[in-house]
Amino acid sequence: MGLFRREKEPPREGDKQEYVSPSQWKMIWRAFRKHRLGNVGMAIILVLIVGAVFAEFFAPYDYKDQYNSYSFSPPSTLHFRSESGFSLRPFVYKTKRTFDRETYRPVFTEDTSKKYYIRLFVRGSEYRLLGLFKTNIHFFGARSEDGDEAMVFLFGADAYGRDLFTRVMIGGRISLAVGPFVILLGFPISIFLGGISGYYGGGVDMFLQRFGEVFMAIPGLPILLVIGAALSGFGLSAVLVFFGIIGALTIVSWAGMARVIRGQVLAIRQMDFVSSAKAAGASDVRIIIRHIAPNVTSYLVVAATLTIPGMMLSEAALSFLGYGIHEPMTSWGQLLNAATNISGIQEHPWLLIPGVFIVISVLAFNFMGDALRDAVDPFSIV
Amino acid sequence: MITYIVRRTLYMLPLLIIVSLISFLLIYIMPGDYLTRAQMNPQVTQETLAQMRAAYGLDQSVLVQYWLWLKQIILHGNFGMSFETMRPVFWTLFMGGRLMWTIIVSLTTMLLTWMISIPLGIYSATHQYKPSDHTLTFFGFLGLSIPNFFFALVLLWLLVAVFKVGNHGLGVGGLFDNRFIAAPWSLAKFGNLLWHIWPAWLVIGTSGMAGLIRYMRGSLLDTLSLQYVQTARAKGLPERTVIYKHAVRNAINPLVSMLGMSLPGLVSGSLITAIVLNLPTVERAFFSALQMQDQYVIMGGLLFFSLFLLLGNLIADILLAWVDPRIRYS
Repeated sequence: MGLFRREKEPPREGDKQEYVSPSQWKMIWRAFRKHRLGNVGMAIILVLIVGAVFAEFFAPYDYKDQYNSYSFSPPSTLHFRSESGFSLRPFVYKTKRTFDRETYRPVFTEDTSKKYYIRLFVRGSEYRLLGLFKTNIHFFGARSEDGDEAMVFLFGADAYGRDLFTRVMIGGRISLAVGPFVILLGFPISIFLGGISGYYGGGVDMFLQRFGEVFMAIPGLPILLVIGAALSGFGLSAVLVFFGIIGALTIVSWAGMARVIRGQVLAIRQMDFVSSAKAAGASDVRIIIRHIAPNVTSYLVVAATLTIPGMMLSEAALSFLGYGIHEPMTSWGQLLNAATNISGIQEHPWLLIPGVFIVISVLAFNFMGDALRDAVDPFSIV
Repeated sequence: MITYIVRRTLYMLPLLIIVSLISFLLIYIMPGDYLTRAQMNPQVTQETLAQMRAAYGLDQSVLVQYWLWLKQIILHGNFGMSFETMRPVFWTLFMGGRLMWTIIVSLTTMLLTWMISIPLGIYSATHQYKPSDHTLTFFGFLGLSIPNFFFALVLLWLLVAVFKVGNHGLGVGGLFDNRFIAAPWSLAKFGNLLWHIWPAWLVIGTSGMAGLIRYMRGSLLDTLSLQYVQTARAKGLPERTVIYKHAVRNAINPLVSMLGMSLPGLVSGSLITAIVLNLPTVERAFFSALQMQDQYVIMGGLLFFSLFLLLGNLIADILLAWVDPRIRYS
């Protein structure tokens, strides 16, 4: 469907008219570039991926570090104006936690005696960039003129005084990785079984269809919850639970994908060029690789892109309910697990921030997938 | 038609039995059961524990346990006992108004979603590529991309912290304010229900609306490009008649199958919404059972959701065949 399609520019006079037929992928790319929202989606995804890959660099702290005296600290206020006038460079003040005498709620007050400017490329906790290079340079941090450090919580802090911005950056890794991992695991299964089913038809098709229907008869979220509960019951390590979740998501989603692929293969198999190849004596393997595969790959790319949002949402829901990713690992859904009750949200609304990242990234994937679908299918009129 | 429905219904049985086996095995491999937790409770004596074990066949092999459970279901319609409520699973999951509320919430949400999405889809198609079409599509996508639980949380936060509805004597979550729960039905109680149910409508509905709007839009655009529409226009019929009498009536047909397909989606969507908004539905009872490791209730719940899903697919196929006489049953 056409979203925000740009008008085609008429060829200018003097333009050299070339008559070359571009490759299929070039044509898809060209059509994709015309979808503004699809391009915006792709740009957002690229930014998010860069953020996730260099998460430790962009995050000012270690995501496990607890600053207990800053438990539930609200987001730091970035100041631009002080008694000495306006400064383009934002600064923060150190905050001190006191307790309200009546409600016994923590109150954070700023100590305005000393300014801590936000500086770029400051030295902080040590980490390995890309898991390889040991370094301690972080993208930003707050330091005073004499090099004294102040905490800066862009998104506030959680119950243990951990920086939420840092945790959002690190959590994005898991949230963004879930979709691709499920595709990596599930697509080969779906392509293989769906392909066989569509190409050979008959009894094989019958059997595989019935087999797939069993998986499609199991309701997604409830079964994911039960598998998640079983996984956490075993007391597995966080990494194993992560792969368990990937496995569970694959189990509930492969059958649907296989059915789509079967449909595609079935449609192409009945086309004249396949019959001609058969008549010319081409082997099954040759027909599949040379004739069918090139016609299905573009649909696969689209299907993959459109699978990711659903997987991200499922992972988020599972982790939010406490049956998905768990400590010490974190994801956007898992971070929202801290915001389950209304009184907690009322007092610490910044705990909802990770959800905004889920919305943005899922939206971006949906836009991109939608634009890709249009680009791949030249016959769709909408 | 009737033989088709009967055959499809019979076909659901083996599927349900396989699903029951899968859910049984899943619960079986789950470490620790309700009895392990009961052991920690000093008030429960060893004899009671042994009795419970024997009664549920928990000391026998997996297959024997599964067989005992399945036999009870088939012969007596007995899905087992809830260890938590000490009542049958059926009661724990459905009674106390839970099944009724699930159906009410699902059906009203579906009705509203359709009543809003279809006109919006028609509007979108007749205003193709206009700013209003783009805006609608954008908001549709937004609704699709917001996780239900996050939307519900934000809504609760807005109502409580920003609009401070508590100051006006209005509560959030659940289906009624406390003072209305036991009260007899009255206009005030109904009003209170409406106040509590609209967040659920909004949260569950938005996730399905995008798909419906876009489907309706696409289907109508397809139809509008057909020749009989051109003929109708050439006859000089007013555009309104062309769209509503000629095009929409045909464009809406393929959507009917989405009606049944959206049933399972409603269950998943309302599962998490019911938990956040604290609605007394089957989904919520299922989730509490999961937290308590109340195994028979979990298995019963999975079977129920599976049945719901299969019924949804069946309804979809029947409706599609009903609106489109070209479809043959095979």
